[in-house]
Formats: sequence, C-alpha cells, structure tokens
Amino acid sequence: MSSPEVATATAEAAVAPVTPAPAEPPRKDKPRSLWTDAWYELRRKPLFVISAIMITIFVLMAAFPWLFTSVSPTEADLNRSLTPPDFGAWFQFGKGGQFGYDLQGADVYARTIYGARASIVVGLSAVIGNMLLGGFFGILSGYLGGWTDALLARFGDIFLGLPFVLGALVILSTFAPVQSSPSAFRITSLVIVTFITLGWPSFARIMRAAVLSTKQLDFVHAAQALGARPGRIILRHVLPNAVAPMVVVGTITLGAYIGAEATLSFLGVGLREPVVSWGIMIGEARQLMEAAPYMMAFPAAFLAIAVLSFVMLGDAVRDALDPKLR
Amino acid sequence: MSDIKVKTAPVLGVDGRSAGHLLEIDNLHVEFRTRDGIAKVINGVSYHVDAGETLAVLGESGSGKSVTAQTIMGILDTPPGFVTDGAIRFRGKDLLTMGKDERRLVRGEGIAMVFQDALSALNPVFTVGFQIAELFRKRRGMSRADGYKRAAELLDLVKIPAASARLRDFPHQFSGGMRQRVMIAMALALDPEVLIADEPTTALDVTVQAQIMDLLAEIRRDRNMGMILITHDLGVVADVADRIAVMYAGRIVEQADVHALYGKPCHPYTLALLDSLPRLDLKGQELNTIKGLPPNLLRIPSGCAFHPRCRMARDICSAERPALVELGGVRSSACHFAEELYGRE
Repeated sequence: MSSPEVATATAEAAVAPVTPAPAEPPRKDKPRSLWTDAWYELRRKPLFVISAIMITIFVLMAAFPWLFTSVSPTEADLNRSLTPPDFGAWFQFGKGGQFGYDLQGADVYARTIYGARASIVVGLSAVIGNMLLGGFFGILSGYLGGWTDALLARFGDIFLGLPFVLGALVILSTFAPVQSSPSAFRITSLVIVTFITLGWPSFARIMRAAVLSTKQLDFVHAAQALGARPGRIILRHVLPNAVAPMVVVGTITLGAYIGAEATLSFLGVGLREPVVSWGIMIGEARQLMEAAPYMMAFPAAFLAIAVLSFVMLGDAVRDALDPKLR
Repeated sequence: MSDIKVKTAPVLGVDGRSAGHLLEIDNLHVEFRTRDGIAKVINGVSYHVDAGETLAVLGESGSGKSVTAQTIMGILDTPPGFVTDGAIRFRGKDLLTMGKDERRLVRGEGIAMVFQDALSALNPVFTVGFQIAELFRKRRGMSRADGYKRAAELLDLVKIPAASARLRDFPHQFSGGMRQRVMIAMALALDPEVLIADEPTTALDVTVQAQIMDLLAEIRRDRNMGMILITHDLGVVADVADRIAVMYAGRIVEQADVHALYGKPCHPYTLALLDSLPRLDLKGQELNTIKGLPPNLLRIPSGCAFHPRCRMARDICSAERPALVELGGVRSSACHFAEELYGRE
C-alpha cells in the first residue's frame, strides 16, 4: 500500500487514528431496527401491557374455551329458563349459572365465553385478509403507478363509496337471507368476506401512500443501481419499510370489526345460530331487557372490553411505530 | 489488500466503432416533463472514462451532474425524466438500447454507484451484513456463511474497524464516515469496472471527507477502476481527479486535465468558480461570488446559458451558443472567447 503520491500520505495519516479505535460501545440493550425499537418502546407502556393481557385472555378464550368453563354453551334446559345469575357459583369451576340462564335455559356464562371465538375469528381473519389483499393492491398501485394505479384506485372507490353497514347489509342479506339458516362455517366466512370486500380499499390506500414515499428513498435506488430485480426490491426494500402504517390501522380496525360483527349479528343479518356470538346474545336479550337485564349486561361488557383492548393496542402500536411521536 | 483485481480485457466496440473508452457518454439529452413545462436538464453531454482514471464532474446544484449519473445507472425516475437523445456506451455497447435483463447485469458488476447520503441509501430494517451478504447470495450463488465472510472482508477492505463484529449492526448504528464506507463496500461488492461516486462526501465533515476521498482514490488505484466523481466541491477534486468536466445548465462548458484546469481555466464560469474559493491571503476581505442564480431549466437563456452571469459577456454571447472547441489537444471549452483565454499568460 505504499505509494509516492501525496494523496495517499494524507490518507494514511487521516485513517490511522480511526483504525485502532476499539469498536466496543456498550450495546447490551441498544435499540436496533424499527421493529425492535418499537418493541422496546411498547414493553414500558402500561396501555400496551394492559391491552396485551386482555387480548391474550380473549384469544385463550377463543382457542380453548373449555379452560374457562366446562358447561356446554348449547345445552339448554327449559326448566332453568331465565334463572338470574348465581353469584355463589363464581368461584366454583364446573358449576354453571354464574351469569344466569337465558330464555332457552342455556348457560349465559358459557355462551359468553364461547362467543369470544366468533369475534376473534371474524375480526382477525377480516383484518389479515384486508392486509393481504389491500396490501397487495396498494403495493401494486404505489410501485407501478401510471394507469395500474388509476385503475385500481377507481376500482377501490366503488367499494369505498358504499357506507360500511349498508354495504354489509346488502351483501349479507343477498347471500344469506334473514330467514335462512346457513351452516356455522358458511355464515362465518361470508361475514369475513363481506368485511374484506368493503375494507380492502382503505388498506390499499394506506399501503399505496407508504409505498409512494418509500420507493423514492435512496436505498431503493441503490438496490436498483446494484441490479436488483423488481420483485426483490419490493419484498426486501419497499415492503418492510412501508408496512408499519398498515399494521397500525389493522390493529385499530380489528376492534372496530369485532364491534361491526356484533352489530350485524344483532341486526340478524350477520352470524346466527348455531354460531355463538356476543352480537346474537345481545340481540336476544334486547326483548327481555326488563325481565333479564343480566342477559344483556355480560356479553355487552365482554364486547366493550374486547373492542377497547384492541383499540388501545392499536394506539400503543401507532405511538411506538411512529418515530415523530417519540 | 487481498482483493486486487486488474482488468485488462480489451475495450472494443461491437459495432465496428473505433476501440472506444470503457464508459462513454455521447451527446446525452435528458428532459423532465413537468406540469410547468419541459425542463431540459441535460443538453448534449459527452464524456468518457477509462480504466484506472478518475473523471471529476463539477457543477452547481441543478447543473445536471447527478441526473447524468442516474441516467447511466438507469435509476432515473420515468416519468418525469426522459432520455431524448444520445448514447451511453459501456465496453462499446449502448446501455440505453440493450435489453432490460442485460442492462440489469451491468449494474453492480459493470458500473456501480456510491450515493451521497449513506444513511438513506442503506435499508434501515436490515443489518449491514445481511445487505451485503444478500448481494453475494443472489448474484454469486454463495451460501449464507460465505456471503457473510465476504461481507466481512469487504468491510475490512474499506477500513471499518472490527469488521466482522459490525456486520450485525444496522445502518443507523454507524457514524457518518463509517456508513459511507459501508456504502462504498457495497458498491465494490460485485467488482465493478466503473464506480460512480455522486457527491460521496457532501454529508460528511471535513476531516472525514478527506479520509473517504483517499479511500476512494486508493481503491480506484488498486483495482484499476474507472471512477466518475460528481461534486460541487473544488477542493475535493484537486487531489483525486485526473480530468475535470465542468457542467453548467446541462452542458459541459469546460473539460481539461486537472492541472491545466486549475492552472489556466479557459471558461469564464470555471474562472469564476475558482475565484470564489476562499483564499488565506485574502483574509478579511469579502468573498468573490458568482452573481445571480443558476438558470431556470424551463427557460434556459439564449446563446451561452452562462451569459447573464458572465463578467466577460458581449453581444454575441446572448445571440449564439458557443460550441465546445478543442484547445491544444486534450482540453476543450465552450466559450466564444476560449482561444483568447487559452492564449493569455
């Protein structure tokens, strides 16, 4: 590396002090990428911790309802019809009647627990579906631009133009008329598909906006300048840097979808027997409000807490992922 | 240096042209079609670079020096940017007319680029090691472990201390100078024959600037690469460049050997640029500046684009655009009074 040129002499002189510097800074719990950074931030937030605990409980309820009750939600005994809650049973696992019995004599507590499954399944699947579909079209229109963008935007506007509840009412009452009784799987997937149909354009818009700003960044150009293929640029460079806003909106939307599922079930066009759902329970309780207010109170409380938990989680995630709010 | 690679393959034109230069830009025209009209960003730029040589492209912001680089790399945003005329020949083959896949393979392996701001030119969500290793995995078919090994060697080559430990760091964990070294390492990964450095030191402080420039010069020499150094900093180029092309309003106004250009600038713009450098012996006096602003590219002045700001301007300057004329062999200048300036003592 010896050279007569003066330039090199200064190079050696200038570089020399840098080389021996020990590069061992204390980096035990140094925040790293956007996501680890966000996780670091989240762990210290009471808002996040509380909502995460609540959501974990709801997810457990949905996945393993038998951990919470040993009573079947569909086993009805008309002898017990409209028995009020037995508060003495609250601390005895296996004994039913904690929340009382409904008109058919089914255990309200067991039904409330099993009702979590419908809410979580519908909310989660609808949001994931929205993210996949909306994300895909958002990337496409943001990255390609031009007429692809224009076409997709107008196509999305068709669905976005429909008010959500009206649109859902129309779709659901067409494919599953109020008087019909479709199977649990059919009606659940129909509700999910309805939510995705009406929801994806909002997700696509968010993704498109994020992709538009990300694709202009230097590292995307740098990747192109190194000869990366478009597919690799999208997956490695654009997507990971543009997905955060959609994740935030998805988390908040999950709460809204759980509420919307209950709304549609209450109206009679959404989930219906044999599915057990908080919305259905609230709908049934409505007519018996004076005789058996507990039939309304418990599922409504669970619904409110579930929606609140997801909205709170969404808020916390947004704060953590948006560096400007830090 | 473990990685010395001297390329000696002959540079021959495929279409029977004279044995050309390694990279040759020929009469390039680029325009930006904006809502306000057509901005002629590059109006017939020609320059070339050979193996082992450094060409500095000098100019103010908006002179078209970076757009030329982007056009060479094929990362010009279209729209609004469109190449309307000209050719970019690499080893005699025109990049602008070759197929997409063929051109993609030239990027990185034939010509690579170092960006101005390394923080924004590195992907923030992956570690530096991953990003470099990925290049080797995808383009050289290496295994993950081999890719990381080569990445560590590269970081070592650009003199990053504790290279293998730093592979696991994210770009934002590096200091400005170290980050620019990572950027250089990445550009060198596929052994390019030409390296374009677009204002590689603008975002850095002065001492680090010198280190980076010397590193680039050293690597260029060791690998016998051609280098195009784009800058607006006259001080930076003096030590490193072999030739200098001065750009103004999308044209080359003067091109010369570095010593000749600094010794006797033959274009009033170059003259004014050199005059505007702060000088120690004129301490306490006001700095010389070039009056006015660079031209609006939507409305480039008639004749010589520099005439509204030129101290030597006469009637002919606004009427007629001066051609780039050769002066004494290797240098050229686009001024009506070039001969006069060249002949002066």
